Amino acid sequence: MQSQNSNNTSLDDITDPRAWVAQHADYLYKYALTRINDEKLARDLVQETFLAALERLQKFEGKSTERTWLTAILKNKIIDIYRKKASAFVKEPAVTFAEYETDDFFEPDAHNWKPDHRPAEFGIEQPDLLESKEFELILQKCLKKLPSLWLSVFTMKHLDDEPADTICNHLRISPSNFWVIIHRAKLSLRECLQKNWI
Amino acid sequence: MDELTKIAYNCKKATYLIEKQHIGEITLREKLELKIHLAGCRVCRIFQQQSTAINRMIKNMFHQPVAENIKLDDKFKDELQHLIDKQLEK
Repeated sequence: MQSQNSNNTSLDDITDPRAWVAQHADYLYKYALTRINDEKLARDLVQETFLAALERLQKFEGKSTERTWLTAILKNKIIDIYRKKASAFVKEPAVTFAEYETDDFFEPDAHNWKPDHRPAEFGIEQPDLLESKEFELILQKCLKKLPSLWLSVFTMKHLDDEPADTICNHLRISPSNFWVIIHRAKLSLRECLQKNWI
Repeated sequence: MDELTKIAYNCKKATYLIEKQHIGEITLREKLELKIHLAGCRVCRIFQQQSTAINRMIKNMFHQPVAENIKLDDKFKDELQHLIDKQLEK
């Protein structure tokens, strides 16, 4: 290791744990809450993050910002929770596309849309609605209805833009299960939006 | 039914490929299948538009700056502060 000749920056210069709550608690809480839909759990995670950070304080070198560092700790804790939730599902054998059932959306043999589940235009095709607060509320409501594993996969993908194989590794699910989950989650989410918006 | 007729009616497969294409890769053969399907299926074309829009909305929603309405309450923050102070005194 190269010895650092630069004047010894003390820990106090790069981080002040006494200011963490004021500076980062709300941010971390929102970060956790958008990924784990559970207020109590999100609060606990913020607390655990601060405690873990205090223990590792000596390892913080100020290479990233304090917030980035804290967020990385929190993110690992969230992945642990996702993984625990995924474990029940993972024990099931991987499904192939042909095997997996979408009979609630598609006709069993022909695999075309069931009449009641057919997508119809309802306005999100126009960019205006993308800005709508009302629509965002419905989207949030519909996201909450997804089973937790789907939401985990969906969140890691769309929120953090993790590559599929990273998500599969984190959650220890097979790639074929990953695509099935992505597909099912989108079918459900889209239908929920259409039903609640019209 | 020959293969092309099958894909022409298979909305389950088409929507699956649409999702896969959004965030990963599909093979050339799958691209062709999807194209053939979409050419003849208006419902799945709508699905594709909406799916793209939903992805964009979710991205927008989560990448906004910290929303005003989501905050920890002061009591919990006080407890946190107390906890940190105590740890530092050790």
